[in-house]
Amino acid sequence: MFTPVMFASVLPEILILILAVILLCVEPFWKEDQRRNAGWLTAGGLFLIIIVSLLFGQPGEPIAVFGNMIRFDWLGFFFKILFMFAAAATALLLMDHEKAGQRGEAYLLLLASLLGMNLMAVSADLIMLYLAIETASIPLYVLSGFLLADDRSTEAGFKYLLFGTLASTIMLYGFSLIFGFAGTTNIYMLSQLFTSGDISVLLAFSVFALVIVGLGFKLAIVPFQFWAPDVYQGSPTPVAGFLSTASKAAGFAVVIRFFFVAFPSFAPSWTLIFAALAAITMTVGNLLAISQTNIKRLLAYSSIAHAGYALIGVVAFSQLGAASVVFYLAAYIATNLLAFGVVMAFSRITGLEEIQDYAGMSRRNPWLGLMMLAAFLSLAGMPPFGGFVSKVFVFAAGVQAGYTWLVVVGILNSIIGVYYYLNAMKFVYLYRMPNEDEENHPIPLTRPYAIALALLALGVILVGTVFAPWFSWSDAAALNLF
Amino acid sequence: MNFPILSIITFLPFVAAVIMLMMPADRKTEIRGVALATAVIDLLLAGWMYLQYLLGDMNGYQFIETYNWLPALGISLKFGVDGMSAPLVLLTGIVMVTGVLISWGVYDEEHHISAGIQDRPREFFAFLFLLAGGVFGVFVSLDLFMLFFFYEIAVFPMYLLIAIWGWVKTREYAAMKLTLYLFIGSVVALVGALAMYWTQYTNTGVLSFDMLLMEKAGFSAAFQYAWFLPVFFGFAVLGGIWPFHNWSPDGHVAAPTAVSMFHAGVLMKLGAFAALRVGIMLLPEGAKQWAWLVMAFAGVAVVYGAFIAFVQTDLKYMIGFSSVSHMGLVVLGVSTLNHDGLVGAGVQMFSHGVMTALFFAVTGMIYDRSHTRQIPELGGMMKALPFAGVGFIIGGLVSMGMPGFSGFVAEFPIFMGVWGRQWLVAVIASISIIITAAYIMIAIRRVFFGPMPEKLEGHISPITALDKIAIFTLCSCMVIIGIFPAVMVPMVEKGVENILRLLGGA
Repeated sequence: MFTPVMFASVLPEILILILAVILLCVEPFWKEDQRRNAGWLTAGGLFLIIIVSLLFGQPGEPIAVFGNMIRFDWLGFFFKILFMFAAAATALLLMDHEKAGQRGEAYLLLLASLLGMNLMAVSADLIMLYLAIETASIPLYVLSGFLLADDRSTEAGFKYLLFGTLASTIMLYGFSLIFGFAGTTNIYMLSQLFTSGDISVLLAFSVFALVIVGLGFKLAIVPFQFWAPDVYQGSPTPVAGFLSTASKAAGFAVVIRFFFVAFPSFAPSWTLIFAALAAITMTVGNLLAISQTNIKRLLAYSSIAHAGYALIGVVAFSQLGAASVVFYLAAYIATNLLAFGVVMAFSRITGLEEIQDYAGMSRRNPWLGLMMLAAFLSLAGMPPFGGFVSKVFVFAAGVQAGYTWLVVVGILNSIIGVYYYLNAMKFVYLYRMPNEDEENHPIPLTRPYAIALALLALGVILVGTVFAPWFSWSDAAALNLF
Repeated sequence: MNFPILSIITFLPFVAAVIMLMMPADRKTEIRGVALATAVIDLLLAGWMYLQYLLGDMNGYQFIETYNWLPALGISLKFGVDGMSAPLVLLTGIVMVTGVLISWGVYDEEHHISAGIQDRPREFFAFLFLLAGGVFGVFVSLDLFMLFFFYEIAVFPMYLLIAIWGWVKTREYAAMKLTLYLFIGSVVALVGALAMYWTQYTNTGVLSFDMLLMEKAGFSAAFQYAWFLPVFFGFAVLGGIWPFHNWSPDGHVAAPTAVSMFHAGVLMKLGAFAALRVGIMLLPEGAKQWAWLVMAFAGVAVVYGAFIAFVQTDLKYMIGFSSVSHMGLVVLGVSTLNHDGLVGAGVQMFSHGVMTALFFAVTGMIYDRSHTRQIPELGGMMKALPFAGVGFIIGGLVSMGMPGFSGFVAEFPIFMGVWGRQWLVAVIASISIIITAAYIMIAIRRVFFGPMPEKLEGHISPITALDKIAIFTLCSCMVIIGIFPAVMVPMVEKGVENILRLLGGA
């Protein structure tokens, strides 16, 4: 019964499990000061898995496997590669975290969460989907509260847990209603069984609202964003980076597959919901970001705003729209991880996280300054970084779909974005350290940071300049939806 | 022509920027050397390209290179120059070389002499070259997407260049203001461009950002009326069009010398050029509909800029507002939509670029030595810095539109063109010539002649040989064009022919 296709469809997951088991077995035998090598093992293993998956795990024609539980197609595959890349980079960034990097559990939890995200991207069934979301979330609750001695971290973990469970319960209720109306949990059959002919728009509207509560929590869109700044600030910085990128992207993977595939006949109502949410999310995220003084909170609000931009592609409900969302997320993952990586590298040496502490940073380590510049300009949507093309693509999709007003909102917001990103860069490049000579306070980078940051920066520039291959992959992913 | 000269010109600065960033920060001389070498190579290539175009048949777009960049969305890296853009590419090369020369500077701790860029030259030149690469890219792009791509690249280094190396008092404010103004302008234009892109797809079924195809997209008159204003003014913000000019003088004043030169010399042309290429050439019906409005705004800019420049006491603010006035003349020429006006605008872009770069260069030299730009506090510079003084006077003559200099070649046709459209505007705009002559003469007399204030006596060290080369280069461009207009005017005329064809011979 276990055909090669089935094997190929879960090849990355099998390999991740093997990697996790190896990690579990090896780590206890290492001495205390060697434990950080678990990061090399995780990151190296994940890069190997990415290569193996690209060689042997590429999907052909879309196909349902494991009793219609999993859909094996390019959409899921591309997202999986993105998640694994993000997890590998996070593992590298985690290595020299003072409190978390020495502990093997952190990497194990990361892999467990990654497994859940991978399954989120391919789930074709509501039950599978719910299990995958929970698998992805629970390790992240633990990871954000990982620093037991730190009150902020404990608060973050607890807050995330409470909000997360509440949101997923509401979503589960929505799922049960869908099952009640349609009699199936298969996403691909819903498009025939849950149609506008049988079910009133109002009813469908309320079902969508319930589901969007759960997914909106994962995406951290307004009004479900309350947890994000506190959790990002409290969690270990690499974990915050992972939360703001892979976890968010996983949410988008579900949104795209779930709404595009299951409810095309209700497109007018759910695109309307998402259009409103996108506009509010962008505006609130950006406006609140202006007044932040803590760099992690700034990035938290900026990542809220970015979910809003990406939603424009969802609202467009077209192939270009879906492709642009996928492309946007690829650029965003690299960019935001780079930003959090820089924050991590900086606070490891200085222990500081306020924006004003970044004064003179570009003189203390010019390369780190340049990396931060690349990350922030990419977030602001400036070429030649990934943020520019990805924004143009979602805006193009929005204009094509006739949502010019939403694009205008997006554009106004990106102007606000330019303001606060450049304001932060002002400290890095313009201001000097008060009463100190920067040359006496260098910020050395350890090898894992150098590798991770260089890789991410290269990614940000490659996505932004040689965008054809990434876009054609995103396009291939989107093609499977229509 | 198989030699990809335009892409080399465009990408060389980017490569140089990366190389410079890789070099150790304390090897300042080597870093400056790399910068100068790159700039000179770029100028030589640009000059060679210019001569080839001039000596050839000057027909349409030449040196075309096409690389498919993203075929799925019709984005291609398509480069080519015509009679309008070739002079601007040359201009960018000239400003690049002279900007590097001026920024080289001297540093002498004993005598408290610090001219040019002494703090982190590596980052300075790297950012400056990113800017230059973006500018080249805009001038040669025939693909609308790539035009935006390079346009944005040209905008953001300005923030860093001004904020880090600028004048301490206003740099933060000016840099942020400039960036926000330009960014708002460009994104507004971007929405228009996307609308054009999809409308073309609906009309013709062609999914492409290629501007040569977009010219034939058959946009309806209503569409053009609606989108011309956002597209044209979105770009024209960078051209310093009134009433969106406010960022410009502040930016000039706050910027370090080389950046002021780039800013006024090249970046403002970028705005006018993009407004012309995208606004007028792709939306000709809209241009005809709204030409009166553009002309009115430009007319105000010309006169208003001149008056404001007249009352300034800060030398850089004076030049900054004179740029608004002169760029107003460019837009005024464009708004005529006739042969004379457009030719004048094309030449004026080059002429003003060189002239204002020269002004800022000389002002920078004076400021570095006297630490003031207040015109009443200066004096007697002709004795201390004779070479710079002569340069400033030549620049002044160009600015006033004296025959025998490039300013005359540019401004005369503009006024002829405007007269042909609306004689009243020409009369009003010509007031600016008198005002310009007045403030330039006053500035020359106060700053360069008369007695030198006592506290400056003995503090004015001579300028370096590199500075002299820069001044000489800029001056000779203006004189050559003034005496032999044939080296530029026929080329611009060919470019204008193409625009008139799109306008339907209006």
